[in-house]
Amino acid sequence: MTAMIDVADAQKTFTMHLQGGVELPVVRGVTFHVNPGECVVLSGPSGAGKSSILKMIFGNYRCDGGRIGIRHRGALIDLASAEPRQILNVRRDTIGYVSQFLRAVPRVATVDVVAEPLIASGVARPEAQQRAGALLHRLNIPERLWQLPPATFSGGEQQRVNIARGFIPELPILLLDEPTASLDAANRAVVVELIAEKKHHGVAMVAIVHDDEIRHLIADRIVDVTSFAAAA
Amino acid sequence: MAEPMLENDQPLLVADALGKSYGRIAACRDVSFALYPGEVLAIVGESGSGKSTLLQLLSGQLAASSGCVSYRMRDGVTRDLATLGEAERRFLFRTDWGYVHQDPAQGLRMAVSAGANVGERLMAVGWNHYGRIRDTASNWLERVEIDVARIDDAPRTYSGGMRQRLQIARNLVTEPRLVFMDEPTGGLDVSVQARLLDLLRNLVAELHLAVIIVTHDLAVARLLSHRVMVMKGGRVIETGLTDQVLDDPREPYTQLLVSSILPP
Amino acid sequence: MNAPAYNFAYLDEQTKRMIRRAILKAIAIPGYQVPFASREMPMPYGWGTGGVQVTAAILGPDDVLKVIDQGSDDTTNAISIRKFFAKTAGVATTTATENATVIQTRHRIPETALGPNQVLVYQVPIPEPLRFLEPRETETRRMHALAEYGLMHVKLYEDIARFGHIATAYAYPVKVNGRYVMDPSPTPKFDNPKMDNCPALQLFGAGREKRIYAIPPYTQVVSLDFEDHPFEPYRFNAPCALCGAENSYLDEIVTDDKGGRMFVCSDTDFCEERQTAGHHGSLSAAPYKEKAHG
Repeated sequence: MTAMIDVADAQKTFTMHLQGGVELPVVRGVTFHVNPGECVVLSGPSGAGKSSILKMIFGNYRCDGGRIGIRHRGALIDLASAEPRQILNVRRDTIGYVSQFLRAVPRVATVDVVAEPLIASGVARPEAQQRAGALLHRLNIPERLWQLPPATFSGGEQQRVNIARGFIPELPILLLDEPTASLDAANRAVVVELIAEKKHHGVAMVAIVHDDEIRHLIADRIVDVTSFAAAA
Repeated sequence: MAEPMLENDQPLLVADALGKSYGRIAACRDVSFALYPGEVLAIVGESGSGKSTLLQLLSGQLAASSGCVSYRMRDGVTRDLATLGEAERRFLFRTDWGYVHQDPAQGLRMAVSAGANVGERLMAVGWNHYGRIRDTASNWLERVEIDVARIDDAPRTYSGGMRQRLQIARNLVTEPRLVFMDEPTGGLDVSVQARLLDLLRNLVAELHLAVIIVTHDLAVARLLSHRVMVMKGGRVIETGLTDQVLDDPREPYTQLLVSSILPP
Repeated sequence: MNAPAYNFAYLDEQTKRMIRRAILKAIAIPGYQVPFASREMPMPYGWGTGGVQVTAAILGPDDVLKVIDQGSDDTTNAISIRKFFAKTAGVATTTATENATVIQTRHRIPETALGPNQVLVYQVPIPEPLRFLEPRETETRRMHALAEYGLMHVKLYEDIARFGHIATAYAYPVKVNGRYVMDPSPTPKFDNPKMDNCPALQLFGAGREKRIYAIPPYTQVVSLDFEDHPFEPYRFNAPCALCGAENSYLDEIVTDDKGGRMFVCSDTDFCEERQTAGHHGSLSAAPYKEKAHG
């Protein structure tokens, strides 16, 4: 089976110029791969660099060394050395990312926030909105809120909108940064269900979850990040 | 949906070692990049960093001291802007290019009705049917969320936000492929800014516009652009994917800029 | 009459040559505004200093001069200029359009069709048709150079948007020879069609603005318009009250303070010729005879 994500010897160091050029090593020697239909959970204590690794795979953090191999439209692309345009292509067609917090434009209705990735990938607006509505419904966002911008919602509601937006496009790779953090049990169960469906569709996932129970439910493999710790 | 960013497509605009000096003072040095169709590039930096000079060089309003800018015309032929005649350059400016000024009064005819402001570019390219010009203008006013009932009012009776939206409509009516924007949200209230940004974001995506936007506001860059170029002292000191540069800034100056933003 | 204190037709010969060069250039580039070194004339700006200089430069001893102001031969302005040239050049003058070789005009084109042996000289207050939309002369010159005339339609658009039709009634912009957009001076747009393919040479002089432009004989002159709002010459829908003409440009004359008014030909020569030929309007009961005693 060909891996969707193939990270080899990746490393990341922050240089804090405003603090007199302090070097802050985050991770080094990061090496693991993810196959289609597999969910790999990164584990390790806070500050071990789990989120940084996720952001490097998404191209959000630059990689100081090694390789971030991504299977994009059948070919392997190294995101560590890719052009910005290629990274954008990869994000549009291959990698989805569910961040910890919703970062949405003011004024846009919730249903459109969720539908946007589908519209961007070419789905007609009415169909995209219909699918967005169905997903919001599953995540227990009442229909009366759909036309409101999510900025005024509670933390849990915002997170569910965020999950809907992240899960709606049918991309072969999905990165999940604490998707269940501020959710109640019922909604956590929905997320677990959604992840299972993605696996069934062959989506390769990398997740960070602190909740042991959820981790147990979704993880096919666990990669311990402490072994990549770069702190000298 | 059109294919926005195919690997094998051609750049729309290419800057090659572009520089401008005034005597011994270099306002802009050795800037090179390629802009692709549908791509939004933000040029950020503080006042005096050379970003406005760069915008003028790129839009052919200022002659470069060194280097060149080439642009792929609608007929597919790539031309060096410096070799365009004035007529060609001006034609480009009112058809395939847009230019949104920070001060709408600079980009609009303040004493002429909104409809004529939007229609002017159409009339300039030979539209000669009043009804069709007016319908198109109405349509554009709607798209930029201006009440069509205000079509016969002059922009001097409009609020700042409306003027800026009218300026955008006036520029987009000929369906340009490239729009230059110079601090388009500068001087607007925060709430008005948010609405304008939202509108711009949608239009840019819908029309598959390439945009070069100069701003000192990193939030604007984050919301609108795919890529940023950070300028300081006339040089590009850092460039990359917008979220990459803003979330993982490398250069001391960029780190300073990013750390100077107030948390949302 | 001999007035040795003046050169023939007032201007010195060097000045006339300079103006003739400008005129030749203007004829060579129909509709293009040629700058010239306009002189101080013994009359105020606005009284036709541009037209007078053009007339002075082209006038010869054999010419017959006619001067009209708003179509009339007998207003102060027309009489002054006619007498000015009668005195300084000693040329013959006339009020009959067909007898004149040079006709200087303010704001009208005679009703009688002009012929190939005639020159029509217009007095022009503001030669730049783009002026009120684009005040920068540097910019308007560039727009002419590049034939960027979208702005001209903006003006017509504004008219329709405001009044429902093109309300510009005079100084209606025209395109000359398919190239330059030109201000025909404040003639009523009724006269615009007469400029098209006209056998006579048409010269325009703007004294204060120091510009001369021209329409050579038999040149295409098109009034700007929209497909769905085509150019329409306007006239009051009435016959002339004196000569009964149905196709001439009419002045509205208020006759009392109770709303009474009459419409008469603005071209006095045309009207008188018709009356002499036996045409009569509703109010033309031999008015000249009564007036002779009144």
